[in-house]
Amino acid sequence: MGLFILRRFGVMLLTALCLTFVVFFLTNLYPNLEKLAKTQGNQRMSDEQVETWLDNRGYLQPTLVKYGQWLGVLPGYTKTLDDGTFLGTCTRPGSTEETTSRYCGVLQGDWGYSSVFKDEVGTIVGKRLGNTGYLMFWVLVLMVPSALLVGVLAGMREGSALDRSLSTFSIITTATPEYVSGVIFIAIFTSSTVGLKWFKGTATQAMDNPTFENFFLPVLTIALYGMGYIARMTRASMTEVMTAQFIRTARLKGVSFGNIVMKHALRNALIAPFTVIMLQFPWLLNGVVIVETLFNYKGFGWALVQAAGNNDIQLLLAISVVSVFVVLVTQLISDIGYVYLNPRIRIS
Amino acid sequence: MEPLSWTGSIAILNPILMIALVALVVSIVVWIIGSIVLPEAPLSLNADGTLSSGTGLRGLTQSALRYSFFACVVLALAYIVLGILMGTSAGIVGAISQQFLPVWLSLIILFAMSIAFKRRLGLYGKLFDSPIGMIGFGLVMFWVFTGIFGALDLIITHDPLSQVSGMKNKVPGTPLQNPEDGEYAWYLLGGDNLARDVFSRMVKGAWIVVQIAPLATMFAFMVGITLGLPAGYYGGRLDTFLSFLANLILAFPVILLFYLLVTPEIVATGVPNYMAAVLFVFPILFIGVLLNSRYYTRPNFRTPLLIGVLGIALWLYLSLISTDGYIINTDDYSIWGLPTYLDLFDIPGGILVVFVSVVFVNSPTVFRIVRGLALDIKTRDYVAAAQTRGEGPWYIMLWEILPNARGPLIVDFCLRIGYTTILLGTLGFFGLGLPPESPDWGSTINEGRKLLSIYLHPALPPAFALLSLVLGLNLLADGLREESLKD
Repeated sequence: MGLFILRRFGVMLLTALCLTFVVFFLTNLYPNLEKLAKTQGNQRMSDEQVETWLDNRGYLQPTLVKYGQWLGVLPGYTKTLDDGTFLGTCTRPGSTEETTSRYCGVLQGDWGYSSVFKDEVGTIVGKRLGNTGYLMFWVLVLMVPSALLVGVLAGMREGSALDRSLSTFSIITTATPEYVSGVIFIAIFTSSTVGLKWFKGTATQAMDNPTFENFFLPVLTIALYGMGYIARMTRASMTEVMTAQFIRTARLKGVSFGNIVMKHALRNALIAPFTVIMLQFPWLLNGVVIVETLFNYKGFGWALVQAAGNNDIQLLLAISVVSVFVVLVTQLISDIGYVYLNPRIRIS
Repeated sequence: MEPLSWTGSIAILNPILMIALVALVVSIVVWIIGSIVLPEAPLSLNADGTLSSGTGLRGLTQSALRYSFFACVVLALAYIVLGILMGTSAGIVGAISQQFLPVWLSLIILFAMSIAFKRRLGLYGKLFDSPIGMIGFGLVMFWVFTGIFGALDLIITHDPLSQVSGMKNKVPGTPLQNPEDGEYAWYLLGGDNLARDVFSRMVKGAWIVVQIAPLATMFAFMVGITLGLPAGYYGGRLDTFLSFLANLILAFPVILLFYLLVTPEIVATGVPNYMAAVLFVFPILFIGVLLNSRYYTRPNFRTPLLIGVLGIALWLYLSLISTDGYIINTDDYSIWGLPTYLDLFDIPGGILVVFVSVVFVNSPTVFRIVRGLALDIKTRDYVAAAQTRGEGPWYIMLWEILPNARGPLIVDFCLRIGYTTILLGTLGFFGLGLPPESPDWGSTINEGRKLLSIYLHPALPPAFALLSLVLGLNLLADGLREESLKD
């Protein structure tokens, strides 16, 4: 087991390195750098001015060198201009040659400086992740129990009225992406035309003061899309368990149907959904980006959109590291958890 | 001109429809509760030794559900038929159903032909045995026909890009202020914030989806199958390497990938053209290997066949990836492609980058599915038999394993078209790739949402259109799965 986890960590590290390099490469293509220079410097800069601007800040070094600097294995780029301004990859506004450290990379714990938000990337990502974490927590609280309930109820008696209606419900939810369901919810529950002003159409206030009124719709929108898939997987697993030999034995023994479901079937049926829920995290991450944009909730997904829209290289890299980390860790947890939940795998 | 109301002179039907809908909802609830609470129908023993079960109360709830459902369907048909006959005097509903006349006719012809010959049509014919599959297929084909006829300018009432003064944010059914001769006199679903016709934009949006989604999914399948079969069949290093690559792409959040790939800056560097050049090779490889592995024992037949098929495929490939005589044309350098007089069609840069990134995002998942299926099927006896016969590995992969994996693959193909539609919508929602005035559903939703608390009508039609198309594809996949499991 230890070796397995160690190997998975190795693969994880390799994946993270490859992915960040891809992001690094794409954000450092010249047209992107030009856009960065123009948004940071001056929109009306000529081509030569753009080139000098980029060159002064070390953006025109070979990509591998810059990547090494970002990682922290190569010393940061520095340059003192003729007028005495000190520039470089490790500098912050107002810092001088003495206050700047030689290495400033991820290995040193320095995630860089965001050109959009004018702040340390580490603090931005931390703050935004906090907001999103809160959102995700409530999404999971709403989504997982209701999805499992729908799945178990549907799979209890295959082909029954309950099964068919719940299955239809879960198909409809999987067919409704967040930007459709969110728009429909906003239209029904918040607009002045329909008149049901039950909720607020934005979640901007929810960052400081989350209430049911301003926070429920974003949570519901993310939860619904993910729910259908988990419910369908739970249903499939439940129907499979309900046709197993030991359930028939229990029935023939005369155990009541409620007891069969609760004591015999449920625990076995919940193994497969566990993996599915874990693997659902990457999808939730997408939902978060859409919903945060739609409801103007300034979380991680919102930061991603801002960073990508303005080619904020260091913030984008930090964001991709975090999301890759989330994806890979959930995969790891799902693998390990599956082994622990399913004794048959442990033996073989 | 009077503004149109929703149902016009057939408003008498509205209360009846309301009653039928309420009855439907009530009977569904009763049916569900009944299935839990009510006792099962009692069995009785007949004199000849057979068992028969009465309908009981449960049967009653079921027939109540059936009748109220039929009532709703009949009423909906009545709206459509009356609308086709009466046109705008039957209100917005009537006018819209009249505009959709070519779609209704094609749907009727398609369904009549398919049901008449369903026993001879294989899996497709069997689809018409399952009501779920039929509903799904109907929804999908509705949007496919809408897309096609919309592209032929049959359904739309106005140009989706032209603005008419005084129609900004007007509610559905508003008449044009001074319509010219031959111009449609109303905005059926209202005007958006740039005074364009919402109805025509929705119809035109269907064409964009119908054009891109199935084709992109097909390319993703070609890539996934061409790489997934050897990975599953050979295993070993190749499998480890390809799986690592697939997981690498899957670990990217899709939206981050879109933001990195689908920007004007990236288009300017030519990265999408490189990706197109690589990704579009796979169909040619696939077809070439497919035919060669089958016919390599008959070189007299194979060689001309391969030359013909691959020649055409190569020509299509080159005209697909080259624009204005160049494959890649950036400021720094360019690569020569097919000269313009041989170039069959040009794909605008925006569409190409959307297409490529959708294929790129979808293919790793297809790869994983195909690999898993190949791992499973290669242990079967018929594969061992083929190996003993001395068949080559590619013959076994493409002519033994692939046909036997078709069931799950067809089902996944339907689901994946739906997912691709959602991805296209996502791209439009973030304003990536397609031009901002493009009528695709995602962009329209994105524009409409900004004024959503005051004006509902610009955002909702494309939202419901997307929802119904994806729902149709999901139901179709469900129906196919059910029917393919029956053999």
